[in-house]
Amino acid sequence: MTDKTVDAFTRALLDVDRLAAKQILQKRGHDTSPIKFAEDVVLPALERIGAGWQAGTLALSQVYMAGRICEDLIDQILPPEDPDRKNQPKMAICILSDHHKLGKIMVYSFLRASGFDLADYGVMEVDDLVGQVKKDKIDILLISVLMLPSALKIKAVKQKLARLGCDVKLIVGGAPFRFDDQLWKTVGADAMCRDASDAVAVIEKIMEGMA
Amino acid sequence: MNQTSVTSMQRVLTTLGHREPDQVPFFLLATLHGAKEVGLPIKTYFSDPDNVVEGQMRLLAKYRHDCIYSFFYAPVEIAAFGGEVIFMDDGPPNSGEPVIKKAGDIKNLAVPDVKNTPCLEKVLTATHRLKERVKDTVPIIGVVMSPFSLPVMQMGFDRYFDLMFDKPDLFAHLMQVNQAFCLAWANAQLAAGATAICYFDPISSTTITTRDMYLKIGFKIAKQTLAKINGPTATHMASGRCLPIIDDIAATGTAAVGVSCHENMTLIKNACRDKLAVIGNLNGIEMCRWSSEDAENHVKEVITKAGPGGGFILSDNHGEIPFQVPDEVLMAISEAVHEWGRYPLNWTADK
Repeated sequence: MTDKTVDAFTRALLDVDRLAAKQILQKRGHDTSPIKFAEDVVLPALERIGAGWQAGTLALSQVYMAGRICEDLIDQILPPEDPDRKNQPKMAICILSDHHKLGKIMVYSFLRASGFDLADYGVMEVDDLVGQVKKDKIDILLISVLMLPSALKIKAVKQKLARLGCDVKLIVGGAPFRFDDQLWKTVGADAMCRDASDAVAVIEKIMEGMA
Repeated sequence: MNQTSVTSMQRVLTTLGHREPDQVPFFLLATLHGAKEVGLPIKTYFSDPDNVVEGQMRLLAKYRHDCIYSFFYAPVEIAAFGGEVIFMDDGPPNSGEPVIKKAGDIKNLAVPDVKNTPCLEKVLTATHRLKERVKDTVPIIGVVMSPFSLPVMQMGFDRYFDLMFDKPDLFAHLMQVNQAFCLAWANAQLAAGATAICYFDPISSTTITTRDMYLKIGFKIAKQTLAKINGPTATHMASGRCLPIIDDIAATGTAAVGVSCHENMTLIKNACRDKLAVIGNLNGIEMCRWSSEDAENHVKEVITKAGPGGGFILSDNHGEIPFQVPDEVLMAISEAVHEWGRYPLNWTADK
């Protein structure tokens, strides 16, 4: 795969041109496995788009549509239970205590489009979330919030998980964390993502530490 | 100008005219702190317009700022459409499950009658009573969500984006309904005594949508809507960026723009000069952990960049101060504006 392929794929995503994106996927060589396409083309394109949003040159609508298109494409060639999906820790994602789903949907799309698989808990409150994480023996929990009071509740999640002896890595994201780059530490998270494409790098770093 | 003889209204009008008043006007866009002032839980506070009147008057006396904020909370408009409002003890009321659950619901969406909707009537009553208290000495700022931005609460961000890109006919219908409501709601607040309307339009910010999309949709809706609002307006991006669309925002006919703390305030001021007054842009989230010294430094920095020449109102970047911001920080901001915001701002020449 060349930079030109990534350029063309990125352009197709930004133009919300599903057909062009699909054609690039279909033109990949027979020696390029789905997971390799995800790693070499999809992820770099999504990272570029995420970086563009952070820099203020791209809009959230473009990030969102790019993630949705990629998730659909990758699902076609790499179904959820495909053994080719990455060998990975048990992960889950949720929205804590508010009803704003966009951030969670984008991270979920980006991760699945990059070959990861994870449980989607939807909207959760603190106690239910802690119980579910313990029951599912989750290793990495991603929490998305929009409202500051929701972000502050993450501290209680961390404390309650620790009391139950659950060694869960918490990755947090959402507007309050982008406006205060110290807040993720205040709430006891292990890492924060500034945008959806950050999640892959953050998870891979945590996985290195777990190995 | 003699500082003591100038009312907040005069101060604000002078700066909106792109001239230097006696001091930098200060808009403390605080809603939840009113509940703290009167010692009530947030839900109880907003249940009675007299609580809000008392809360706003106490905030005005305490922090010596330059506006009354008759805004209750954003989901009041969702409640008007029959949606759910979730109250919290420590934050702004939040919208619950979307009122538009599937695309087909849009066709059945009716424009709420603003004068016969109890949650809106409370806001109008509070506005009227606040006007009786301050008369024309302090501007009363009413709030509407833009027709283009309201659907985030009506149907959720994700479904709204899907609608925008995939179902243009339903999207256009939703804009018509929302525009009719927005106009009726804005004009009812003005009739009740609001001096100006703050048109919250974060979806138009370049953080959320591209300039192309803004020009195709958000801009046109804003221009049409603002032209029919019977009073002055300010457009607020609620923490979203807007530098690339400043000229377009000015062309909608709005008088001022509320900008993000992520903006370069020097560039914003240059882009807005003589076209739009700038409102902003202290970081409300970071404010929760500021010291008094931090507050003073941030106030001085933003005044240095945006104060000279007038056309500037110091405020937060979101249009709502988080409940977690300590009173001491708000007081430090107020004191710093009064200390460092006196025109002429000769001290800024050294910066």
